[in-house]
Amino acid sequence: MLYRALLAALLSATSPLSHAASTQLSGYVEFELRHFFNDPLDPVQASTHPSAAVEPELYSRWNDGDDSITLTPFARVDHRDSERTHVDLREANWLHVGDGWQLRSGVGKVFWGATESQHLVDVINQTDNLEGVDGEDKLGQPMVNLVWLTGNGELSLFWLPYFREREFAGLDGRPRSQPRVDADQAAYESGQQENHQDFALRWTASFDLVDVALSHFHGTSREPQFRPGTDSSGNPVLTPFYPLIDQTGLEFTAALGNWLWKLEAIRREGFGDTYHAAVGGFEYTLVGLFSSDVDLGLLLEYHVDERDQQASSPFQNDTFAGVRLTFNDFQSSEFLAGIIYDNDSYAHLGFVEASRRLGDAFKLSLEVRLFEQLPPNDPLYSQRQDDFVQLNLAYYF
Amino acid sequence: MNRPLLSLAAILLLLPLPAAAATLPDDGGRGLEIAREADRRDQGWGDSESVMRMILRNAHGDSSERKIRTRALEVQGDGDKSLTIFDEPRDVQGTAFLTFSHALEPDDQWIFLPALKRVKRISSRNKSGPFMGSEFAYEDMASFEVEKYSYRYLRDEPCGELTCFVVESYPQDKNSGYTRLLTWIDQAEYRTQRIDYFDRKGAPLKTLTLADYQQYLDRYWRPHRLEMVNHQSGKSTSLLFDQIRFNTGLSDDDFNKNSLKRVK
Repeated sequence: MLYRALLAALLSATSPLSHAASTQLSGYVEFELRHFFNDPLDPVQASTHPSAAVEPELYSRWNDGDDSITLTPFARVDHRDSERTHVDLREANWLHVGDGWQLRSGVGKVFWGATESQHLVDVINQTDNLEGVDGEDKLGQPMVNLVWLTGNGELSLFWLPYFREREFAGLDGRPRSQPRVDADQAAYESGQQENHQDFALRWTASFDLVDVALSHFHGTSREPQFRPGTDSSGNPVLTPFYPLIDQTGLEFTAALGNWLWKLEAIRREGFGDTYHAAVGGFEYTLVGLFSSDVDLGLLLEYHVDERDQQASSPFQNDTFAGVRLTFNDFQSSEFLAGIIYDNDSYAHLGFVEASRRLGDAFKLSLEVRLFEQLPPNDPLYSQRQDDFVQLNLAYYF
Repeated sequence: MNRPLLSLAAILLLLPLPAAAATLPDDGGRGLEIAREADRRDQGWGDSESVMRMILRNAHGDSSERKIRTRALEVQGDGDKSLTIFDEPRDVQGTAFLTFSHALEPDDQWIFLPALKRVKRISSRNKSGPFMGSEFAYEDMASFEVEKYSYRYLRDEPCGELTCFVVESYPQDKNSGYTRLLTWIDQAEYRTQRIDYFDRKGAPLKTLTLADYQQYLDRYWRPHRLEMVNHQSGKSTSLLFDQIRFNTGLSDDDFNKNSLKRVK
């Protein structure tokens, strides 16, 4: 017995596990340059916006990996927009893994969803609206999350004891709404405001080629409604209002050969009239294009929202078409371009996302966002002049 | 329960043994017999964890290194389950794959993208595509199942100091990137020593050599150095195992979409 314990200790002490240490610091520092092509709607806005950001992550595990903590602060300094200069705690949580269950407590980040061009079901974390325009950057959310494994899936319960307000571009910021949003005047349906206790649950399972998930959220809507108001100087502003909602969500993915079929649908009560919305479509992958190592993905998704022209989202009857190139090279080069086309108004949003590793530790990313032919009743109308190109150079440590 | 969350893992996976198709000159079932014997000798390993480095080289001599950990679980009567975790390059640190491989059905595969905390199902038809920019295709990394190929024994041939069976094998999956494989298996321990891969046009594509075999649990042989050379592009990839452990206490609960999110 003693011999075995000694042997085990010796083995673990001599393990050349340099890249599987029990405590590790990683993360990135990045420099970003955004350039807007068109004259701003508001003359105080500029065309070129440099900024820098850092996101270190400290991870430590013990108890044979059954316990771990993750600490991930984030900060950005923006040269033009003092509101976009912001800090956040993306993660600060303790994870305990039991036999068939796990508990995560603290500030965390959770993704729900299946589709590519819109994330309807994803409702746990507030969007970090200052970081990007695709809604994929999130603020850390205080939570207690209990998960039970169920064989082919899991049941996940969330207690969300504190609400994070959405942040908005300042007067000098771009892209931004006209008039600007004054986040200091945020109002709530709940008298407890950001201390309202929110709850959610989600069941997910995999059946051979199919993944499904059903979820329900009760609490303060992460998406605000906007009301006209004035700031302290009497200038017109929009003020955010956060109603209490109940949202039921469905996620579905099926892998059939080269085809991935995807669907998300929601029913939301409390955000004005009860409504349903959905996004669904496919991704078709051609492996080894022209006998090369390049994979070509073709994406098509359709968006529908039964509020139609009254929808708070711009995607009430829209079609997304996209092309993804995965080069499978040393530098992990990737390219994604797409267009979201409004079938009613002919407005369209175009985007390009491309990235490539430089050396071992740097990554260069390019992003382009175009807002074209937006009619005055489109929720994005006031960003019609905010087409931009963005370059990021990140160093990973 | 002993759950070495971050130790290492196993890839137990690479031994495409070849051999016999009905329409080919009859080898008396000998090729299939050799494949079955190799498979039989490798049964019962249970679970394992490995730590490895993958060194990619192009025709100009540039190289790039990836650090990878894998965990694998033997599944009786079906393909194995595996988790593959990237530690380097650092921009993809924490990216992980979960694979449920199957003998004849398409594999089930998911990727975890740590920046978005997103688990995404991926198309299983990419088996002929390169694994992380290397000369190993996904199908080269998948677990070996006898049913994946038909076999034909060709001849005996010296291989180094050993004598090998040379067996030809034909992928049963039409999505394979290969028309056939030539495999050298030593007669002493039924270890794969070399594989020649032929592309969809039947032309020589790649050669894999497997070296530095070590025996685990007094039974299971694992190569610690694998060299894949692409004859058409001049590129090559070395796969170096720094550590392999067995009986690490992994179970079914360690191979699901939930565990994929917390593997790092």
